[in-house]
Amino acid sequence: MANKSLVKTPIPELLPDERIASFSEVALGYTPEQAKEEADRCLSCKKSPCVAGCPVGVQIPEFITKIQEGDIEGAADILKSKNLLPAICGRVCPQETQCEALCLRGKKGEPVGVGRLERFVADQTLDAPPPAKPPANGHKVAIVGSGPSGLTCAGELASKGYEVTIFEALHKAGGVLVYGIPEFRLPKSIVARELKTLEHLGVVIKTNSIVGRTLTVDELFAQGFEAVFIGSGAGLPSFLGIPGEAFNGVYSANEYLTRINLMKAYEKDSRTPVQRAKKVCVVGGGNVAMDAARCARRIGAEVTIVYRRTEKELPARLEEIHHAKEEGIVFKLLTNPLRIDADENGWVRNLRCQEMKLGEPDASGRARPIPVEGSEFDIETECVVMAIGNSPNPLISQTTRGLEVNRRGCLVLADEDKMLTTRAGVYAGGDAVTGAATVILAMGAGKTAACSIDEYIQGKQ
Amino acid sequence: MFQITAKEFLNPTVVKMSIHAPDVAAKAQPGQFVILRADGEGERIPLTMADSDPDKGAVTIIFQIVGMETTVLSGKNAGEFIEDFVGPLGMPSHVEGLKKVCVIGGGVGCAIAYPVAKKLHELGTAVHSIIGFRNKELVILEDEFRAVSSRFLLMSDDGSAGEKGLVTNALEKFILDGEKYDEVIAIGPVIMMKFVAALTKKYGQKTVVSMNPIMIDGTGMCGSCRLLVGGEVKFACVDGPDFDGHLVDYDLLMKRNSMYREHEQACLCRLTGKEAAVGK
Repeated sequence: MANKSLVKTPIPELLPDERIASFSEVALGYTPEQAKEEADRCLSCKKSPCVAGCPVGVQIPEFITKIQEGDIEGAADILKSKNLLPAICGRVCPQETQCEALCLRGKKGEPVGVGRLERFVADQTLDAPPPAKPPANGHKVAIVGSGPSGLTCAGELASKGYEVTIFEALHKAGGVLVYGIPEFRLPKSIVARELKTLEHLGVVIKTNSIVGRTLTVDELFAQGFEAVFIGSGAGLPSFLGIPGEAFNGVYSANEYLTRINLMKAYEKDSRTPVQRAKKVCVVGGGNVAMDAARCARRIGAEVTIVYRRTEKELPARLEEIHHAKEEGIVFKLLTNPLRIDADENGWVRNLRCQEMKLGEPDASGRARPIPVEGSEFDIETECVVMAIGNSPNPLISQTTRGLEVNRRGCLVLADEDKMLTTRAGVYAGGDAVTGAATVILAMGAGKTAACSIDEYIQGKQ
Repeated sequence: MFQITAKEFLNPTVVKMSIHAPDVAAKAQPGQFVILRADGEGERIPLTMADSDPDKGAVTIIFQIVGMETTVLSGKNAGEFIEDFVGPLGMPSHVEGLKKVCVIGGGVGCAIAYPVAKKLHELGTAVHSIIGFRNKELVILEDEFRAVSSRFLLMSDDGSAGEKGLVTNALEKFILDGEKYDEVIAIGPVIMMKFVAALTKKYGQKTVVSMNPIMIDGTGMCGSCRLLVGGEVKFACVDGPDFDGHLVDYDLLMKRNSMYREHEQACLCRLTGKEAAVGK
């Protein structure tokens, strides 16, 4: 019996007061009854427009039908045949601009909660037996970086029988999934479980291995790897270039989040410190800014997000903005930082800002913010977190012959359909190519690259 | 996991360790550093390498016991393991094409200055060395420096070893004797590098210093190691750690390096408290 409700079945969540006292996951996930109720909203329409919105091509109506039938394992088989990291995607994909944006039910009312259902199926089957390891085909592929694109590429290739080694610069695998996205949005135990799936497929992850320093792409080829996939992400933080950015208490969002997420600085006895400021300003309006702000809130700060356009232009997911507001984070919009002031010991005390107004659209198509003359004002703060974007790290491109980068430091693709770089045998995807984007786009790129690498190596026979 | 193959106390607070890390040893060059975590709970800390042996796959680190992580590390013995060890990081020291160089090491900074002096000596550069310590008990690497230097002075604050005075006194003496250097390379406490640079600026001697800010990843990702060099923001991990000594904002670096001092003290108290409890 179809569920004609115009709104999604609500997902249980921690109350805002409970959230800001811990790093526990905010969204608790559907019960089997709630999942069935939401699955029944899917019309299994013939055209299935949602599938076209999924960068990895998950057969959405098919897996939802299995939930309707109560066959969760069947649903998981369909889901995991296209997406090796469903528990992660169900949590962090921007479904509202992808599959759900195209859902027929969304034309009148809310679309089907595809993300919530994906998460439900993945969580219910986390303990399912791992996929069988396919027979080895005798070919070796190296993957640089263990973030979303690298993991997906590795999983796809391993499923085809390739011997895959991932080289990870940090001491822990997962890339942005472990250093960037906070525990309350994506529990690290979930990431660890999904990594286990890859290990069962035979993927080897070498941590503490910096390609571009510890070893080079050329050396990987010399070691017998027949192709290399670069999924090294966008790890180089941008700063505004305003006076005072080196004062104590100014962080890049990367540093702030890495201290808190990867190094667990939020735990009482953590040996890695992070400033416990009473007042924190986060500059920027994307998901990273929301993550930083919500982390700061949880370690006890009053938090203000400073963004130079209006709420309408905030690049963050609506859900993140909504959660941030619920948690008491203040949005100071149409505001642009000019300078950071410090006390005599070099500690931040003040963020000098000016008011902005919106003008004509700029090159990005968004209204250009224009300063309002004479509108300067101060926000008292002890900590400023810069969440205004990241660009790719140049370590690999600087140490690899034949790899071209563009003006923004992103790897240039010689064949975009194949994710092939300007050097034969070297493929790339994710933020290293696009600049900072989303987990699922990176996964889509990793998947495409895996197909191309397979064709390339088989074609050499 | 990386095995400690040898350990030795050079003085009561300075430890020399050999770590089995073949990938790092194969590539390491003077001036480069590693990032390590002593154990699974540890903070990531940068340490400049003192030596490396690609044939044995060994990297030598020499560190002073100053905070939580170096205390934990110093408690580990040969045969035991450290959790993580990654590198080599940073740009190697520029050593090619120099005819005459004065290498200055201060305290445990001598451990980083020595491989540079040694490399220069091997390349045929005339090396003068000045090493300075607070007192006789803290002196390290004296013989090693002597062996690679055509002119050498050991300085101590209290006169208990070598001559009494600061490395800057010795350097000024060399310069007033008429010595002219292609480069002065100073590695030691920030305050020492600041005063060496002030002196060489007066005499118009090009000076390179090695920076040691707080870091997490060491690859340019976190930006916590940023410095002001000639008014521009630089990342010590990828742009350095060596910089033009006359352009570095030392006061800012000293403030940044003190950022987590309270946290560090609290950690150490917990550690010693725990140890006391175990002792009972």
